Amino acid sequence: MSLQSELLESGTPAPQRPWPRAVVTKDAWRRCIRELAAGNATLLGYWSDGEAVHMALIEPEAAEPQPFTPFVVSLPCPDGRYPSVAGAHPPALRLERAIHDLHGLTPVGLPDARPWLDHGRWGRHPLGARQEAPADGLGYTFLPVEGPPMHEIAVGPVHAGIIEPGHFRFTASGETVVRLEQRLGFTHKGTESLMAGATVERAARLAGRVSGDSTVAYALAFAMAVESATGLEAPPRAVWLRAVMAELERLANHLGDIGAICNDAAFALLHAHCGALRERVLRAAAVSFGHRLMMDRVVPGGVACDLDDGGAAAISSLIADMRRHFPELVELYENTTSLQDRTVTTGTLDPGLARRYGAGGYVGRATGRTFDARRWPGYPPYPELAFEVPVRSEGDVDARVWIRIHEVYQSLALLEQCLARLPRGRVLSGKIVAGPGEGVSLVEGFRGDILAWVRVAGDGAIARCHLRDPSWFQWPLLEAVVEGNIVADFPLINKSFNCSYSGHDL
Amino acid sequence: MRKLLFKNLIQRPLTEPRPPADDALLADLAERLATSSRRALGRSLSIREVDAGSCNGCELEIHALANVYYDLERFGLRFVASPRHADVLLVTGPVTKNMREALERTWHATPDPKWVVAVGDCALDGGPFAGSYAVVGGVSAVVPVDLHIRGCPPSPKALLEGLIALVESKSVAGPR
Repeated sequence: MSLQSELLESGTPAPQRPWPRAVVTKDAWRRCIRELAAGNATLLGYWSDGEAVHMALIEPEAAEPQPFTPFVVSLPCPDGRYPSVAGAHPPALRLERAIHDLHGLTPVGLPDARPWLDHGRWGRHPLGARQEAPADGLGYTFLPVEGPPMHEIAVGPVHAGIIEPGHFRFTASGETVVRLEQRLGFTHKGTESLMAGATVERAARLAGRVSGDSTVAYALAFAMAVESATGLEAPPRAVWLRAVMAELERLANHLGDIGAICNDAAFALLHAHCGALRERVLRAAAVSFGHRLMMDRVVPGGVACDLDDGGAAAISSLIADMRRHFPELVELYENTTSLQDRTVTTGTLDPGLARRYGAGGYVGRATGRTFDARRWPGYPPYPELAFEVPVRSEGDVDARVWIRIHEVYQSLALLEQCLARLPRGRVLSGKIVAGPGEGVSLVEGFRGDILAWVRVAGDGAIARCHLRDPSWFQWPLLEAVVEGNIVADFPLINKSFNCSYSGHDL
Repeated sequence: MRKLLFKNLIQRPLTEPRPPADDALLADLAERLATSSRRALGRSLSIREVDAGSCNGCELEIHALANVYYDLERFGLRFVASPRHADVLLVTGPVTKNMREALERTWHATPDPKWVVAVGDCALDGGPFAGSYAVVGGVSAVVPVDLHIRGCPPSPKALLEGLIALVESKSVAGPR
């Protein structure tokens, strides 16, 4: 019997769609911790609604086809305490620290009790029993470093480039990084608290602004979770248009990243060309959907705008343009030895670590993980489309560039299929969102899988919503891969991960 | 690489003509900057971008300013790595409480004369994040703002129009 069926049978089923959820005992919770630590399950998400803690799990990516759906186990915490997962399974560490900061629930056995999102600026436990506290900031003790000759380099939160705020503390021995420690949370905007009690429309706008570069993917994850919770159904044309937008978004981001990675290796030519292609994608999106980043276009029940003939033509000519120009750029990347010298064997991620953290997106797929939420668990219309999930095993910057390159081609092919097979009909369901209900979804953004969990109240408002960015499981790996590289390679490695600050900080 | 470079020699540039400066912005700025000091900086500005808590949507469009279509640097506008080298702070986002001090410090580190340009709807009043326990509000709640460019996010064209208006009004009125 699978771990999933054992756990679900031992617990009390809770109403959640489409994945099963069970309220379990402390013993079953501890069993989950053991299975996670032993590598028999992967942590997909970990959050709290104030009363209980919830873990979304999948059994490891074994042989295809995947026999098990993801599932959620919940442990009520009437006394505000629960057994720490991070004690045995480090990928849960930052999530547990965040749950404590926001809800005040205490993980017993948490190996690192420093606050994470809470910088001592907004009172304590804003989503739980809120306590006022001085707002003049908490000190933060970085991990100690011993042994000469070491020096520290402190970077951020305001960085030198046009990037989001975060703090990096490097300890270096000469040019070699001995340790990188991140401190995040600077862009924490209290999105979950704003969503609690909000109308579905307002919550959808917020979901689309968790991480602006993934606005389509987030809006889609949120919409799918609301639709699962309420039985609302998006019309077929809307489902296909969502895929068009999602692939355009992936295309734009991958092009931006490929260029920016090369730029960080001082190869500006590819940056300029990729930047021009990216601009053309955004312009096609503006023509087709009325917004360059396609914000607020995916909504629960469908999409907010239809694609007319002019829009479809703009996308078709974009695809033709890309097919003409992109291969030249790939050739240039492949044949420039000075560039390869910087990217090959730089920032190599250990496959075991990638598996343990359940790293999604190009970080995981450049390190042997085959996970892609479009393929598995899958969501419409992807099961009807032909596409490959490119995987490499090297785990270095170069492999992460190559995954993006392959995915650009896959996205072009997906766009062609979507345009050719786009069903006719309306794009927005007329049905009004009604609760109560609980829904969960997993959507493949350009960066990796985004988990959305939503509880809709009886009056149709959002009672609780949790959105888990793929970066939660990628940021810690960045710390790991930088070790042993030279300081000057950090920008390159960092860009090849391109984690979201805002998506992580919420 | 040679092939690509040769092709670029015969291909017409992708860079587009400059957009006109926004008249309403110009008038507004001329009025504001007329009262400021007289030391001229010439028609160029060094810009330090500060993300004070945005969703990163604004950053994407600010990045786009550097692509060949908009080519920001031909207008004498360039991004610098340190606030100490900057004339302008380009600030995005609702200012989060966790970023407030960093924004204040960056502002203090920027030498006078300086201008603050707030970018995006969140930077005006917090946008959809207004009212959150973790958000101070718009940029003007923390540092004085000279120009606000609207949009969620503003398009690169809107950003360019605003920044060109700032350069022009500055050279007309004389900077502070």
